[in-house]
Amino acid sequence: MATPSIHVSETPLVLYTLRRADDALILGHRLSEWCGHAPMLEEDMALANMGLDLLGQARELYSYAAQLEGKGNDEDKFAYLRDVRQYRNLLLLEQLNGDFARTMVRQFFHAVFADLYWRAMMKSGDATLAAIAAKSEKESAYHVRHSSEWIVRLGDGTDESHGRAQTAIDDLWAFTGEMFEVDDGERALIEAGIAVDPETLRPQWLKTISEIVSEATLSLPKSGWMQQGGRSGRHSEHLGHLLSELQSMQRTFPGGTW
Amino acid sequence: MVIAMFNDAELRKRAWEVAASVVDPEIPVLTIADLGVLRDVTINEGRAEVTITPTYSGCPAMNMITLEIELALEREGFRDSKVRTVLSPAWTTDWMSEDGCRKLREYGIAPPQAASSRRALFGVEQVACPQCGSTDTEVLSEFGSTACKALWRCKTCREPFDYFKCH
Repeated sequence: MATPSIHVSETPLVLYTLRRADDALILGHRLSEWCGHAPMLEEDMALANMGLDLLGQARELYSYAAQLEGKGNDEDKFAYLRDVRQYRNLLLLEQLNGDFARTMVRQFFHAVFADLYWRAMMKSGDATLAAIAAKSEKESAYHVRHSSEWIVRLGDGTDESHGRAQTAIDDLWAFTGEMFEVDDGERALIEAGIAVDPETLRPQWLKTISEIVSEATLSLPKSGWMQQGGRSGRHSEHLGHLLSELQSMQRTFPGGTW
Repeated sequence: MVIAMFNDAELRKRAWEVAASVVDPEIPVLTIADLGVLRDVTINEGRAEVTITPTYSGCPAMNMITLEIELALEREGFRDSKVRTVLSPAWTTDWMSEDGCRKLREYGIAPPQAASSRRALFGVEQVACPQCGSTDTEVLSEFGSTACKALWRCKTCREPFDYFKCH
């Protein structure tokens, strides 16, 4: 019989930390799915490298959430023994890899945000989150450069690559609003100087995204409607499939180790 | 070595030397002291506690390094040593020793440049080829065989080479 899921005592700070940890784990897992399938060897290594950076960030954040919660959970239990509804990642990050253009557009939207976010979080009143931010911002600088270069190359490339990149932008744009969402618990953390108000990052995010997209001869959609739900555990169908693969070993052989 | 014969200052010095001699499993010419990963060593009731800083968040070598430190101390007579990982201040390639940079170059890896250049968008770094010294080089991929390396090629001698990324 499968291992039951854990219970998580979600104080605002535990939840805040888990949301960022889930972002890193889920996007890292998506990138790892490219391993052995990328269009060329260098890109295969790049995607695996970035996935590894994200996995490292996830581990630090999960470990901190476990310490904050103090209920005997740990990084592995958070990753392997929570159900879909307990995951709080952004919907953008669980979307299917699709073609290479779609993976790069997803990466680009998020990396530009993550880079601004981690740099701002270095000033967090929470010493551990500030320390994790100081490590993560160095890595995110590389992720931004990598995805920006690809957006330009794809958009300003052939008709085929241009069309695929534009379709990916149009399809994924509605998931970008969630990055700037704040609930009451997070609002209190922002006021306490622990969290960053993502709204303050939006102008620079939009500026960078617009500049690169324009250089790539692509365009951003005008639609203002944004999809939400990931932060409160309401996910697209894709996350369940991802977790069934990610968690199958621990669910089948509880506590199994190498 | 008989631990009881030494005072804490001497033990600390010895434990530091032992920990400092542990090498990076991926780049065996560099010790963790060369890398700037070794931050502190303290002695508590005869037991050594070593503090290290991880390089990249997801670097798999960190687990190996932790184990190697514990084993090296055990071999030198330190019982029940502990290795602690601290995140702050965040590791930077600026902490790499000059000796470390020289050893890297001789090993065929271009050493990191000052970390301030890392934010340059669309790469303007100038990296000298560790084989022939030419600066007529180009980046093949910013992500190489390990998290800390990028893949470059020298346009003068045509050799591909690893570049230790600034961080």
